[in-house]
Amino acid sequence: MTLKQVTEILECTVLSGNDDLQMEVNTGCSSDLMSDVLAFSKPQCLLLTGLSNSQSVLTADVADVKAIIYVRGKRPDERTLELAKSKNIPILATQYVMFEACGKLYQAGLRGIGKIL
Amino acid sequence: MESTYVQEFKVIGGDFLRAGQVSTRIKSILKDIGINHSIVRRISICAYEAEMNVVMYAQRGKILFSMNPRKTHITVEDEGPGIEDIELAMREGYSTATSEMQEMGFGAGMGLPNIKKNADTFHISSVVGKGTKLQIGVMI
Ligand SMILES: Nc1ncnc2c1ncn2[C@@H]1O[C@H](COP(=O)(O)OP(=O)(O)OP(=O)(O)O)[C@@H](O)[C@H]1O
Ligand SMILES: [Mg+2]
Repeated sequence: MTLKQVTEILECTVLSGNDDLQMEVNTGCSSDLMSDVLAFSKPQCLLLTGLSNSQSVLTADVADVKAIIYVRGKRPDERTLELAKSKNIPILATQYVMFEACGKLYQAGLRGIGKIL
Repeated sequence: MESTYVQEFKVIGGDFLRAGQVSTRIKSILKDIGINHSIVRRISICAYEAEMNVVMYAQRGKILFSMNPRKTHITVEDEGPGIEDIELAMREGYSTATSEMQEMGFGAGMGLPNIKKNADTFHISSVVGKGTKLQIGVMI
């Protein structure tokens, strides 16, 4: 699905990356722990997190995350947003909590990486 | 002799404002010279986890990044408390991160295991009361 569809499903505010909404995302990953993201995310995935500090953006950059959605109304500060812009990582924000945000995207066809073996 | 690129970076313990910058620097160097994406990702993950551990647990440290046409090597050496039980520290889920660190998104206890998983060669040594040294190699 495209970021634009994601934005509609989760009623997102686009904080940066307005020009990138046609971007395709095929897998999702959600965590508030950055090492979990580094361990269990696929490259080019969509990251849902409640952690809105600069580490979330650096982690996304390191893990080749395509775009970030901050859940439960979390907002990054100006510095973090600038960092995301410099790394070309679109930032969306939703008022939905993590459970609903993931559930809605899954229902719409987005998938994760399944089980850890 | 093959040409080798070498660069050294300093890391300051507790400096969360700048934490992670060395790793993103290394990542952009590798990206700029056109190294394969998945290899860049693996090296960056190793560098980032190691850098964050220095910021979180040590007083100061340095990261030596070197590369030749066949492999990259990262040595991360810090002055800090050291690790008493390395086997325990290497275990997935083991963490001594404080609640403040957890609020910043750390403390899954996945950092060292992540490095090991992404590296082709990995060596860790530590002296309690002095510091810790990681040697990480990834083939290009
Ligand atoms: N450079 C270091 N100096 C001293 N202790 C360290 C160092 N690196 C790791 N440790 C110890 O080893 C433990 C495990 O480290 P590891 O990176 O695997 O997990 P973490 O840092 O606790 O959490 P995460 O990396 O998932 O955010 C740490 O909690 C800490 O006690
Ligand atoms: Mg760690």
